[in-house]
Amino acid sequence: MSRAATIARRSFVVGSVALLGGVAFGYYTYKKPVENPLLDDLDEGEAALTPYVLINADGITLITPRADMGQGTYSVQAALIAEELDVELDQINVDPGPPSKAYYNTALADESVPFPATDRGPLAQLARGTAGVVVKMLGLQMTGGSSSVPDGYDKLRIAGAVARETLKAAAAAQTGLSKTRLSTERGAVVLPDGKRIPYQALAAHAAKIEPVRDVTLRPSTQWRLVGKPMQRVDMLAKSTGTQSYGIDMRMEGMVHAAIRLNPRKGGEVIAYDASAAEAMRGVQKVIPVTGGVGVIADNTWRAFQAADAIDVTWGDAPYPAEQDAHWQALSDTLDNADQDAKPRDDGDVDNVSMTVEAEYRAPYLAHAPLEPLNATVLVTDTRVDVWTGNQIPRMTQASVADMTGVPIEDVHVHILMMGGSFGHRLEDEVVKRCTELAMALPGTPVKLTYKREEDTAQDYTRPIAMMRGRGAVSDGRVIAMDIRVASPSILDSQMGERQGMNLPGPDATISQALWDQPYAIANYRITGYRTPKLGPVSSWRSVGASQNGFFHENFLNALIHAAGADPVEERLRLMSDAPSRKVLEAVAEMSDWGAASPSGTARGVAFSLSFGTPVAEVVQIAMTDAGIRLDKVWVAAEVGRVVDPINFENQVQGGVIWGLGHAINSQVTYADGRVEQENYFDFEGLRLHQSPEIIVRGLESRSHVTGIGEPPVPPAAPALAEAIFQATGTRPTEMPFAKNFTFV
Amino acid sequence: MKLTVNGTVHVVDVEGDMPLLWVLRDELGLTGPKYGCGVAACGACTVHVGGVAVRSCQTPVSAVDGPVTTIEGLGSADELHAVQAAWLDHQVAQCGYCQGGQMMQAADLLAATPDPTDADIDAAMSGNLCRCGTYPRIRAAVKTAAKTLREV
Repeated sequence: MSRAATIARRSFVVGSVALLGGVAFGYYTYKKPVENPLLDDLDEGEAALTPYVLINADGITLITPRADMGQGTYSVQAALIAEELDVELDQINVDPGPPSKAYYNTALADESVPFPATDRGPLAQLARGTAGVVVKMLGLQMTGGSSSVPDGYDKLRIAGAVARETLKAAAAAQTGLSKTRLSTERGAVVLPDGKRIPYQALAAHAAKIEPVRDVTLRPSTQWRLVGKPMQRVDMLAKSTGTQSYGIDMRMEGMVHAAIRLNPRKGGEVIAYDASAAEAMRGVQKVIPVTGGVGVIADNTWRAFQAADAIDVTWGDAPYPAEQDAHWQALSDTLDNADQDAKPRDDGDVDNVSMTVEAEYRAPYLAHAPLEPLNATVLVTDTRVDVWTGNQIPRMTQASVADMTGVPIEDVHVHILMMGGSFGHRLEDEVVKRCTELAMALPGTPVKLTYKREEDTAQDYTRPIAMMRGRGAVSDGRVIAMDIRVASPSILDSQMGERQGMNLPGPDATISQALWDQPYAIANYRITGYRTPKLGPVSSWRSVGASQNGFFHENFLNALIHAAGADPVEERLRLMSDAPSRKVLEAVAEMSDWGAASPSGTARGVAFSLSFGTPVAEVVQIAMTDAGIRLDKVWVAAEVGRVVDPINFENQVQGGVIWGLGHAINSQVTYADGRVEQENYFDFEGLRLHQSPEIIVRGLESRSHVTGIGEPPVPPAAPALAEAIFQATGTRPTEMPFAKNFTFV
Repeated sequence: MKLTVNGTVHVVDVEGDMPLLWVLRDELGLTGPKYGCGVAACGACTVHVGGVAVRSCQTPVSAVDGPVTTIEGLGSADELHAVQAAWLDHQVAQCGYCQGGQMMQAADLLAATPDPTDADIDAAMSGNLCRCGTYPRIRAAVKTAAKTLREV
């Protein structure tokens, strides 16, 4: 066999199709088949065909390496495997799988390469492949960046097909029949006479033969599941209150813990007096932890009460204590600092006479998923078990191994269903603190639940950000746009300070969804500035695009208004990317953009390309005596393939509500080094009575597949801002809009 | 202290000011009612006491003066309540964490108001927060459940 064929065959096993041909040679050593974590725990008679399919006496289990926070990824991943494996969703179990290097996430790397998502050319694809190698070497099992579907779209179907063909080979060997005479259906190999051999009965044999890797994926015309409405595998449990989450963990002998951490995040504990807490009913122990104090009790509420009764003297915050200083730091960065990156510089911006200027602001925001942070940890002499809902199981495993001194292979991280995340569970401080408590109580399972107020106070927020823009128009057209944006670095804070990974180079999230927008503005410059450390920050649904979508599109709308042009027409004139044009045309048609909006209403449009998915939105508001009412939203998104239309619609609607709700209502601010907001009465997003009708269309006009969990968020705020401008003549420049406008 | 939950009588030995939520979750092992905020700002803990929706996180167990129904007692997979059937039908849930409370609140609304207007739904359901943003589906499912219950 030629060397090239060997590479193709081996990389096929893990579904890596991004790089083919000569350039692939350089990556050969990294692309060999990765370790299979399921082989370790298998008993005689069980077969693990790939890291995604497990068949044993319990039935058929599809291992879904991406965690489910509510986005329905367990079902989508299961459907992709089941499509080729020929099992039905009612026949299978879904398991999020152990932390393993086998589950690296190549799609996440797509976002970190210096080519816009619209560029599918050879050089851009090569860069994506290279970035993928880095991801693979780090063994990054991470759920985020709307990457589950793009990452799994081929890989999971290939896994299903390899499993199916290997089971058929096993059946052929057992029966003496030719493999070509066998078919598969509902979890069984079907012989020519109609006799069925269940997959389970073939598992032992299949384990002993070489996997059949020479598979061809079925064309979409033959699909039974993908692209059709399906019932999510978790929907019955979630409709009957029987779905279990991390916080519902119960074990024999388990104790309940609560915690008080320095509200000046990262500051020290100077002293504490726990005598009152120790005397309270049910309290078993008070244990100091990094940056705070924990309480062990026999009931969550008793632990909460006792934690609140501890008198603590806290040290200072390692960042400015007052909010004004945070804004000043951004302003100073834009005035004085060197750029972090200038990822786009088209035309000759410095020689255009700028006529429109603006400064916009986006506040810190908390994630605030409804299920507060929690973890259950059991430390023994020989192993550690962690039960939690989290998006970074491999990093968590490594941290716990470091803390306990238990070898990493004896640290078992069990990922449980999450009651929302939005990026909150890309952090694992709750596991680290719970591990400290559990180390003080070896042999006893400890469940740590954050009180809501603690969860809000300790949130690693979305970065605060400031944009300064200058632009010019001529003859009814936008001819120049120069955007400078400053924010603290997510990379420094999340990956550097908390995960110990100091990654060199610019932080791409600072200018995410600014530099890579598919507009051909003649003079077009984007510059990102990294503000020195402020409050700790992290990834928040749609990451840098959550503020930059607002900045870019609100300013573009201001320029288009100055030019006297139509916001849809002018965008179409500036856009070269066909899928991006199509979503804008679709949303214009859906909303009947050319016609006047109903009396008493106003509309705005915005577009954003993030995580490879172009999304256009039109927001219609109604002006009422009580204030602005969100009336209707139209959304068009191009994802290449809508895997489940029902879940797709739900995700898009949720993303729009997320974007609008925080744009209107929400901010996190600091005073005395502490977050001023406490709970859902002062940080809540949208509620039902504010929620508009949302009409969704998914486009499937291109071949590569991208995600939908985050991309509907960025256009929502600027489309609303434009509608407010149309209705009031005042353009919102600062979120939350409720600071300056009244809403129903 | 005696407590009737989903038709079963339990004897619990707890402080009178312990919120019903934590008696249900930690003492009786009923995890359908969820902890979200602890201050009656999110509705994830909603249960029925004497047939009326209450926030169990702000109801001291000593103040419970009637039988308690949790989402586990509203209906089951084999015998779905009309509200649960509508939630399943519309595939309302994303993370699902708030949905038990949403369904308990909706059941309470429909018991009192069989044919709710949008304004009725707004008034009854706006205290129940959904961070995933499933509100369009919640509204549709409430209307479907109302129709089902009227036709019984």
